[in-house]
Amino acid sequence: MASEGSHNTAGVADPDPIIGPGHTFETVTDKISSIVLTRPVTPGWVFGLLIAFGALMLLNLTITLLMIKGVGIWGIRVPTAWGFAIVNFVWWIGIGHAGTLISAILLLLHQKWRTSINRFAEAMTLFAVMCAGMFPLLHMGRPWMFFYLMPYPNPMWMWPQFRSPLVWDVFAVTTYLTVSLLFWFVGLIPDLATLRDRAKNKTAKIIYGMLSMGWRGSAIHWSRYETASLLLAGLATPLVVSVHTVVSFDFTIGIIPGWHTTIFPPYFVAGAIYSGFAMVLTLAIPIRKFYHLEDLVTARHLDIMAKVMLATGLIVAYGYLIEAFLAFYSGDQYEIYMMKNRFHGPYAPLYWMLISCNIIIPQLLWSRKVRRNVGLLFVLSLVVNMGMWLERFVIIVISLSRDFIPSSWGMYYPTRWDWATYIGTFGLFFTLFFLFIRFLPMISIVEVRSLVHETNEEKGHS
Amino acid sequence: MNEDSIAKNSIDLAAARAKLAGAGAPRLWQSLEELSGTKEFVEFRDHEFPPSAGKGNDDINRRDVLKLMAASAAMAGLSACTKLPTEKIVPYVRPPEEILPGRPLFYATSLFQAGVATGVLVESHTGRPTKIEGNPEHPGSLGSSDIFSQASILNFYDPDRSQSVVFDGRVSTWSDFAAEMGNARTRLAPAKGAGMRVLTKTITSPTLGAQIKSLLGQFPEAKWHQYEVCGGDSVREGARLAFGRPVNTVYHLDQADVIVSLDADFLSCGAGHVRYAREFGSRRDLSAGPASKLNRLYVAESMPTSTGAVSDHRLPVRSADIDDLARQLAAAAGVAVPPSANASAKIPAAWVGAVGRDLAAHRGSSIVIAGEHQPPFVHALAHAMNAALGNVGKTVVYTESIEANPVNQLESLRELVNDLNAGQVDFLVILGANPVYDAPADFNFATALQNAKVRVHSGLYNDETAELCHWHAPAAHSLESWSDGRAYDGTAGIVQPLIAPLYDGHSAHEIIALFTGDAAKSGHDLVRGYWQSQRPEKDKAFEALWETSLHDGLIAGTALPAISVAPHADFVALGHTQAVGSDTSPLEVVFRPDPSIGDGEFSNNSWLQELPKPITRLTWDNAAMISPGTAQQLGLTTGDYVTLSLAPAGRNINGGIYIVPGHADNSVTLHLGFGRSRGGSVGTGPGFNSYLLRASSAPWIARGVQVAKTGKKYEFATTQAQYNIDLNGHPVEEESSAAVGQGGEHGRDLVRIATMEEFRKDPSFAKNPEDEKTKDLTIYPGYKYEGYAWGMSIDLNRCVGCNACVIACQSENNIAVVGKDQVARGRAMHWIRIDTYFRGNLDNPEMYYEPLPCMQCENAPCEYVCPVGATTHNAEGLNDMTYNRCVGTRYCSNNCPYKVRRFNFYLYSDYKTPSLYGMRNPNVTVRSRGVMEKCTYCVQRINAAKIRSEEENRLIRDGEIITACQSACPSEAIVFGNINDPNSKVAKLKAQTRDYGLLEDLNTRPRTTYLARVRNPNPEIRD
Repeated sequence: MASEGSHNTAGVADPDPIIGPGHTFETVTDKISSIVLTRPVTPGWVFGLLIAFGALMLLNLTITLLMIKGVGIWGIRVPTAWGFAIVNFVWWIGIGHAGTLISAILLLLHQKWRTSINRFAEAMTLFAVMCAGMFPLLHMGRPWMFFYLMPYPNPMWMWPQFRSPLVWDVFAVTTYLTVSLLFWFVGLIPDLATLRDRAKNKTAKIIYGMLSMGWRGSAIHWSRYETASLLLAGLATPLVVSVHTVVSFDFTIGIIPGWHTTIFPPYFVAGAIYSGFAMVLTLAIPIRKFYHLEDLVTARHLDIMAKVMLATGLIVAYGYLIEAFLAFYSGDQYEIYMMKNRFHGPYAPLYWMLISCNIIIPQLLWSRKVRRNVGLLFVLSLVVNMGMWLERFVIIVISLSRDFIPSSWGMYYPTRWDWATYIGTFGLFFTLFFLFIRFLPMISIVEVRSLVHETNEEKGHS
Repeated sequence: MNEDSIAKNSIDLAAARAKLAGAGAPRLWQSLEELSGTKEFVEFRDHEFPPSAGKGNDDINRRDVLKLMAASAAMAGLSACTKLPTEKIVPYVRPPEEILPGRPLFYATSLFQAGVATGVLVESHTGRPTKIEGNPEHPGSLGSSDIFSQASILNFYDPDRSQSVVFDGRVSTWSDFAAEMGNARTRLAPAKGAGMRVLTKTITSPTLGAQIKSLLGQFPEAKWHQYEVCGGDSVREGARLAFGRPVNTVYHLDQADVIVSLDADFLSCGAGHVRYAREFGSRRDLSAGPASKLNRLYVAESMPTSTGAVSDHRLPVRSADIDDLARQLAAAAGVAVPPSANASAKIPAAWVGAVGRDLAAHRGSSIVIAGEHQPPFVHALAHAMNAALGNVGKTVVYTESIEANPVNQLESLRELVNDLNAGQVDFLVILGANPVYDAPADFNFATALQNAKVRVHSGLYNDETAELCHWHAPAAHSLESWSDGRAYDGTAGIVQPLIAPLYDGHSAHEIIALFTGDAAKSGHDLVRGYWQSQRPEKDKAFEALWETSLHDGLIAGTALPAISVAPHADFVALGHTQAVGSDTSPLEVVFRPDPSIGDGEFSNNSWLQELPKPITRLTWDNAAMISPGTAQQLGLTTGDYVTLSLAPAGRNINGGIYIVPGHADNSVTLHLGFGRSRGGSVGTGPGFNSYLLRASSAPWIARGVQVAKTGKKYEFATTQAQYNIDLNGHPVEEESSAAVGQGGEHGRDLVRIATMEEFRKDPSFAKNPEDEKTKDLTIYPGYKYEGYAWGMSIDLNRCVGCNACVIACQSENNIAVVGKDQVARGRAMHWIRIDTYFRGNLDNPEMYYEPLPCMQCENAPCEYVCPVGATTHNAEGLNDMTYNRCVGTRYCSNNCPYKVRRFNFYLYSDYKTPSLYGMRNPNVTVRSRGVMEKCTYCVQRINAAKIRSEEENRLIRDGEIITACQSACPSEAIVFGNINDPNSKVAKLKAQTRDYGLLEDLNTRPRTTYLARVRNPNPEIRD
């Protein structure tokens, strides 16, 4: 990917720029800030928000019912005591990986193309982690006792049980959420100041003013801003790897065939990035169309993201292959049965759908034509999202439904409340996202301006 | 789901057979569906148990949604929790003697089943009976019990019990009732009781018998009728046929080397079954290793029963053909008997020959037992065989009848119905019986009943019969009244009240006393007075006897003496023409009491309704049970909703088909006790009423039944078959069932089995050498258990699958009931379950039980995954649950390889019904919603014993702690104790070569281990 970046700086007439031609500081600022400040509320946005808000209310209803009646409203049972809640948790948290990857690791690697997508990718991360974070809470039998999972001083001298990966999860996810939030907010400060300066409306001025924390754009501010960004990027980088590794421990620590495997951490991380990039594409493609940002989020961006998907998808495929190979190679009857059960057990169609969605169909991305076909790319991103969701379903549900003692085997079927919770988190996610694109600059003005500066300079030098 | 494999449109029995035939090594399998993997099953799985099927707990209607929406607005930010009631408690100022809170008292009393008394000890906490145990002193119990006695405690506290006297549909009082009965007495006296009828169930109570006889003495024109569905008419008539009078038969199974059961489920129902299971278990003992002498059990039966499952040879035979089989066996045993009129070629001559030779080789140490629902002639033949084999006086002993008045109850009821229809009944008193529900359909009892001018009913429930009576008086439960009753061998047990009647209940003694002029006497006076008059001891001596009897729960030395009777030479001539209906249709229907709820007496008992029935694992329903062969022939499959009709009378009922492997072909088994219209909040609803098809002419076995599909489907809730997913016709090697197969590299070896012959050759056949080798391969030294180390051993060779442990555990540990819908969704809460596996072909598979409580693993996979430390290991090796700490992540359940953990998905425990508060064991937490629970090895009992032993400054003695399951187990299959003590019983059992642990290759180090099953087949018979 480093070659992508350098390739960009090479040519004079870059046929495939990461920023549309003719952009100056002014146009960039205008274009991005106008979406927030001057663009009238469009019916499309209202419509979208209403749908998302409706789904959010469904979530509200479901959670209320859940609190009143208990987790029995879901399809979980013995032996499949984890169902949609944990599937969705892992899925959402996986999606949350792309943002930090783009903003932290790619920042450290000086990948310039990241600038125009990192802001909303980070926002996506934040919202996805929020959605993800709800599930471990909701899936508990007694969620009001959630604080038992935290180490807090109490007269019982009781600590969490630190050998349990669920406790590690608590730390991993809360840390991730905190760092992502900070990173995102720090990155927003100069842009918030721009909005403050450009806002006509008094209330907006006050709010943006407070949020920009007194940013005046002095050299010291910039210097600290850069330092903070770098530090946070440094902090966030290991998290990209650690969070999903810890999440994968939820399974690997267990003894269930299909869970107890050492390949999970790398392949979970790759899977997370895979699904994260798919989700960024799913969001970026409509947004650049509706807000006419094609010259900021260019075809080039989509192309690079598609390549990242292809690469991580291949890692994931390798994971599946090794998982299957080792199950048979182990000679362990339970492992072998688990694999056969995936291949042709009662849930086999889901397994084969997963293989199609995550391995077979994404091979189309080898073709440049496909990568440049925005519509097809959008569809592919949805396919990968679904595939990654299925992967978690396969790991969690299929493994649990048939483990060691056949008398206890049982099928898990989601109930309507399982679906309602899942759809509800989409409501939360998109409500937040709709509000975000309306009230905050969805592309980093500062960074794009510096990109304009750099590209102009390069042009000048040549 | 694999379309190729779903070729056929019904359970593909042929395919299943082929698969089984193709399997070289014998394999275990669990259900038909699993073997065949049909489209039906896929549909069954998808549609019958969809997560939102039926009126689930989550079934939300529009109004609920509106309410919730309002609530959700209000609740945003609030968290819900389960509210516990606020109640004031006031301590005793001066506590009554003997009663210490937390320390239970035990009282000996008796409970009745079909009139036969079984001794029990009732645990009482601060005056509330909470748990029923067997009475070690009582011959019918020897300390063990069964599901019915265990579940009686729930019947006692049942909020649906009749709570007040009712007159003409209005609440009345006992004094009004007593006054009215007094008036009736005066009214009836001049005509010497003409027009008065008393209908009771079977009565073995000497006191009540004497009272009724005294009543008949005062009113010579009155008549006493008895009717009990499972009253043993055939047994009585069989004895009458053979010996000329009804006698009582007592078997000594412990002395029998060969037992032949002719459709008799003697280990789980009928008089003395608890004792018989004990005696049977004692002969399945292998503590002497290969030198042990096992008995051999042959069972010929239509519907697979617990007894059939533990047999060495089981022959599926239509119940109607048992007659034929009995004749052939009798001929082999030397009884001259003509062959059956409808001789069936289906009885394998080789089988009969081999069994006959085995019987002949064990003269004096064999037993032939006929099933209660077999016709009298089969019973007479069994008597004749036992006589011819010289068993009488050795393994079979006769005594006088234990009943107060043995009569043919069906005829007795018929007479009553005739009198009713003839308008000769002015005053009818029904005590305990519910003939409107359970009388044969052709009696039209409900119509006949209304011809009686005054109808009086007394019973525990305001049931179908009570509804049609003028007066209804609530009966007192056995736990709240005085009475007495005879055990299977005639021993008189005393019934003493544990508590004052909860409601305004009065016993049958008190009601009869209203008519005999003893109204002033209490139940206590009546019972005590009777025995005072009967016993030679007087005054102080009697006082001492009485106190001892109350303490022991029985009057010593009252077992009936053996009598000498010989079968009539000519009974064959008298009885052999008795035929079992006409053979127009090859299909027979057999009525049997339900294995869980009996004849309907226990239909309002939710514990028993939810108890998975032996073999079928069916809960909350009865079904038309048929064999795989018959299903194939009729094109039926499990879940088909069919109409069953008996042609001549034109009666028909609708019910679901349930295929049972090992069922006899051309036979339909219908269990009684379901489909009640006034059975209480639990009993009304489940299943269908088989009584509607049952005629007095063929009360047990009827021929000529027609089965017609309705095109509808019926949903069953089972605890095991539902866990068992189809295999879509994959090669047998890949089947899940194969995964349980025995031995081999792909065997899960959950049930380890050998024949006696194999056991002699390799006494350690159950050990996996690999496990033994790797056991101690660990870097870290294991935890040293100083002091006590609790462990359990379950002998699969003794287990008879009677479910007593399941209900005992439910009662001891306050385990909630979840309902049919939740059972179907895999949320049954039983802490111990009886896994059932089949091996061999579909038509006559071997059946294996495996009781599965928590294994209390030393390396428990559940413990290290709990994020809050709610499940932890204690120093004695118990895997403890701290409910208060549990937040309900369910990770422990996922990680439990045995899946013994149970989760409160909803608030399953009943916090609302006040009457149930009293029933709960105060030493066990009632679990709330959202927490995990599981078997604790009855930690409350362990701790009670520890406290006691520490007070007395000694160690806990072996056998001092008896877990609830162990205590209930009639065959002594479960043994608990300290495995650190090499002399403890459990340590010795674990030292046996048959000892093995489940899934030991996972290095969980289970504390619960099993003793492998050893069958004792007859080498002459190759199944």
